[in-house]
Amino acid sequence: MTAAVELKGITKKFGDVTAVDNVDLTIEDGEFFSLLGPSGCGKTTTLRMIAGLEFPTEGSLSIFGEEVGTLAPNKRSVNTVFQNYALFPHLTVIDNVGFGLKMQGVAKKETKERAMEMIELVQLSGLETRKPSQMSGGQQQRVALARALVNQPKVLLLDEPLGALDLKLRQEMQLELKKLQRDVGISFVFVTHDQEEALTMSDRIAVMHEGKLLQVASPEEIYESPANRFVADFIGRTNLLDGTTSDNETVVLSNGTSIRAQNSFPEGTKVSISIRPERTKITKRLEPSDPLSSIQGTVETITYLGNARVYGVKFTWLSIEVREENRPGLEVFNAGDDVTVHWEHDAISVVED
Amino acid sequence: MSNAVEPRGLSKIGLQINGWLVYLFFYAPIVLLVIFSFSESRNVGKWGGFTLSWYEQFIDSSNARNALENSIKIAIVVTIISVILGTMSALALERFTFKGKRVFDALLYLPIIIPDVTMAVMLLLFFGEFFEILDNLFGLQLRKGFWSISISHIAFNISFVSVVVRARLAGMSTDLEEAAVDLYASRWKAFRHVTFPQILPGIAGGALLAMTLSLDDVVITQFVAGPGWTTLPVYVFGLIRKGVTPLINSISVIMLVSSMLLVGLSLLAERTRRGG
Repeated sequence: MTAAVELKGITKKFGDVTAVDNVDLTIEDGEFFSLLGPSGCGKTTTLRMIAGLEFPTEGSLSIFGEEVGTLAPNKRSVNTVFQNYALFPHLTVIDNVGFGLKMQGVAKKETKERAMEMIELVQLSGLETRKPSQMSGGQQQRVALARALVNQPKVLLLDEPLGALDLKLRQEMQLELKKLQRDVGISFVFVTHDQEEALTMSDRIAVMHEGKLLQVASPEEIYESPANRFVADFIGRTNLLDGTTSDNETVVLSNGTSIRAQNSFPEGTKVSISIRPERTKITKRLEPSDPLSSIQGTVETITYLGNARVYGVKFTWLSIEVREENRPGLEVFNAGDDVTVHWEHDAISVVED
Repeated sequence: MSNAVEPRGLSKIGLQINGWLVYLFFYAPIVLLVIFSFSESRNVGKWGGFTLSWYEQFIDSSNARNALENSIKIAIVVTIISVILGTMSALALERFTFKGKRVFDALLYLPIIIPDVTMAVMLLLFFGEFFEILDNLFGLQLRKGFWSISISHIAFNISFVSVVVRARLAGMSTDLEEAAVDLYASRWKAFRHVTFPQILPGIAGGALLAMTLSLDDVVITQFVAGPGWTTLPVYVFGLIRKGVTPLINSISVIMLVSSMLLVGLSLLAERTRRGG
């Protein structure tokens, strides 16, 4: 099967600045693929190159096997949902949605029918004659989606489309987008800086940082076995403890404490141990504990989140975050309590710096 | 409703008086002009009973009608050409990068800054030399007149149109054009269906400005008009030197009403566009 989008050694430079640095990437047909990273990491530039709004400085870019590196955007069978929707303010909803078909020379009657169908699909029936300025952010978002999808693109590109919506609406749209993607069956390439959004929606995620691709994997894999310290830190919340491997079973932390940690690095490699806050358990200090998979400390801060409590536990040389779901009958600790934080051996991952 | 920052007492009365004074200075001369254009007395500033004879005289005077016709012809040609060229240069400066862009940008503002007299002398010299070269090369006998005036007006109007259209373009995000090409529009179609409708109010404003400036210009036109050619403002200026009659009042009222009509029309066009 041919990949929907394939990037080989893609580099994009703006003057002296390298926005995208030698990226190899394959996006399969029909998958929900996210480009995730902090602002300025090159994810939007990558998306714009697929759209044809930027041309790569080096490398090869193909869509369904066809090399499109410097092909004009109007000659590519991909469509984009822009960050601020970029709806045409002087056109009504139906004319916005029908714009692409009109430009392709589709007959007026068919354009109208297909536009109406798409407006119905995104649940905007009855608003066809409105102007974008007379609609809410969520409605504009749907118009932008309809305007792109009506052209039946082979790949849909989405540039942080949910960024401007408030939290509740954003969560609704996340589910709706995911469902829409399954219904139309084409690949969606989704750019976001919101790791939670990427984890919720994606089949696969590519994490980018400073123009480089750090890891491409499923949400589970990215969360459970991050490729390096940056990915571990960027995806979800985690505690990162610096240390050095002593063998494939053990990591010695910088203060000399040994921790049992499965790893495949050569002896003496500088690594970090990533311990997720929700994978730890907190108990009173008195109980006996395995020194290789626990640390003893003092509760310093307590943050009440409603569905959970987050404890900041202070050790001699660092502080660790522990998250406990708010279940009935759970022991609650106060600031100053002496506690032990422990974890199962498979709850931690070892990452390179 | 009153609030803390609203003026009170004496300062409020002072501000009101100031407001009325501003209106008085603006509109009293216009009212006087309109009134005296209907005055029978030959003396411009003296009321001598109601008459329409000055308007009749304007209609009867072939010189005046001829000058008006020239003004309108020139204004139309100047508006069309300077709107096209001005819009193109605005697009070039706002949407493209090219070598020498900064120099071009700075030079484009020059005609706005240069005093009218300087511009007029420059153009007079230019047409003198230029026509002589063409005459010698092709055996022509070019005379200053319609085209020398039109070209001069276009020369300064391109700058004004460009400034107005650019302001509109600068407020329009490039996202819209990108969305258009992403939706299979060619560059030309993207301009026609997206950019152009967006900047149309700017273009209309620029056109109106160009037309007004062309209809209005005395200094430059007088220098480059050549013998036997005159526009309405130059004709009025000439009348003053010969001795003033209320005829110039009536001509001025006609010009005033036409320009007010033009502005009214453009406002109306803008409103229906927004409403529909």
